[in-house]
Amino acid sequence: MAAIISVEGLGKRYAGGVSALEDVCLEIEKGEILALLGPNGAGKTTLISIICGLVTPSAGRVTVGGHDVVTDYREARRLIGLVPQEVALEPFEKVINSVRFSRGVFGRPGDPARIEAVLRQLSLWDKRDAQIMTLSGGMKRRVLIAKALAHDPDILFLDEPTAGVDVELRREMWQMVRELKAAGVTILLTTHYIEEAEAMADRVGVITGGRVLLVEEKNALMRRMGKREMRLELQEPVGELPAALAPYGLECEEDGQVLVYSYDTAAARTGITRLLTDLADTGLVLNDVQTRQSSLEEIFVDLLRENAEA
Amino acid sequence: MNWLAILAIYRFEMARTKRTIAQSVISPVISTSLYFVVFGAAIGSRIDEVEGIGYGSFIVPGLIMLTVMTQSIANASFGIYFPKFLGTIYELLSAPVSFLEIVIGYVGAAATKSLMIGLIILATAGFFVPLQIAHPVAMLAFLVLTCVSFSLFGFILGIWAGNFEQLQLVPLLVVTPLVFLGGSFYSISMLPPVWQTITLFNPVVYLISGFRWSFFGIGDVGVAVSLGAILAFLTLCMGVVWWIFRTGWRLRS
Repeated sequence: MAAIISVEGLGKRYAGGVSALEDVCLEIEKGEILALLGPNGAGKTTLISIICGLVTPSAGRVTVGGHDVVTDYREARRLIGLVPQEVALEPFEKVINSVRFSRGVFGRPGDPARIEAVLRQLSLWDKRDAQIMTLSGGMKRRVLIAKALAHDPDILFLDEPTAGVDVELRREMWQMVRELKAAGVTILLTTHYIEEAEAMADRVGVITGGRVLLVEEKNALMRRMGKREMRLELQEPVGELPAALAPYGLECEEDGQVLVYSYDTAAARTGITRLLTDLADTGLVLNDVQTRQSSLEEIFVDLLRENAEA
Repeated sequence: MNWLAILAIYRFEMARTKRTIAQSVISPVISTSLYFVVFGAAIGSRIDEVEGIGYGSFIVPGLIMLTVMTQSIANASFGIYFPKFLGTIYELLSAPVSFLEIVIGYVGAAATKSLMIGLIILATAGFFVPLQIAHPVAMLAFLVLTCVSFSLFGFILGIWAGNFEQLQLVPLLVVTPLVFLGGSFYSISMLPPVWQTITLFNPVVYLISGFRWSFFGIGDVGVAVSLGAILAFLTLCMGVVWWIFRTGWRLRS
């Protein structure tokens, strides 16, 4: 597939001397969903802001649909719809007027049928005459998306779209993103929820400290990142691990009160059933069982370590 | 030129005016009427004619200018500062619009609003005092030029302001005194000679004088000088706006 966005050697140093991006190279293919993962302050928003024209780059070049974002900004920006991280809306404005404004400011002629379609797609049609300030947080996020889609962009940028959004709306958004992809829209999504990338992305990029560490096909990355932990809390602390449990590589915590088992969700067999059977055979009694996914922060630490060692 | 974008910005800003009609239009009309009552009727009746014109009529051009200048600045500065404050400016900055188009949209809307207010005040004045307009075309030209140049100035202030206090600072501390001391309510020939000279350093004097000339055919300074002054101010503001456009000052990091 051809790259619709091409980022070459992009760097950004802010006036205060803070370096937000260093030598970033990235290609986003037409029609794909690329999830950009990274902790807060990694440079995700700066990268998106440069592509959209909100921030001027210090070095490098970005093209969108073959158009340079600085010298040929009109053509480049026409292709992009941006949903920002912060909910920034005119509180006193009506929903429909705000969406009409977005279409107009992107140079598209008025099209009531299209505006209606966008509002219906986002379940906002019934609220079209409501003042934005009267809407719930979730509804406001929908308005932001409607505004970004009002000019029928080929590319949609979603900057942390589900931060602070309830589960139901999050699922709805994911569904909407899939529908957009099916309609041929290229999507760049930034997030720090691994689950979100897992649910939607074709490819995943990891960015930290202003550098892109890797861009990989999602399934391949998930196999590497998808480690989970199971914490087994015992009724009585165990002094020494029974030999039967040795193959599981358990770690003892809290003076033997807790055993931690790390496993790979993507593997054909997680080993959980066998472990629990063997555990019962040893006569150890469980008080509680918890599982947790290793957090993205931890994965980043691992990635950074790998990166430093390489 | 992205005319559809300019139109979108213009309409959006004019819709705000419509929504806040009481604050936008009615309040300047009421305050101007109060000026007429206080200066025209109460005090004016004790003042002789100024240069052959009844005091009530004499202050009409000054009052219109006073309101138009302050309203232009307030409208344009608020118009561009509000999206900055709310964060909605992201949309303008990521849209396929040039800075010039943004300026035309915002300044055009602010100037239209002040022009409307100016004309409404003119009509209101007609209820209180006899009106004569010696040079209607020149009057309209002065009014439009003032609306546009002060809206541009307001736009610059709105971009510069980092908070609401700064947004009020220049209009309150600089513009209002200059406008009040610019001959809105008096002819500078009524001042002692020293103050007459000092007043000539106030740029607003030239604007009010030119505007008054278009009504009565007389002014404190020559009409060519007045026209030159307003054009110079307009050029200066356009220069600053151009510089902001070149550098992205306070807009793009």
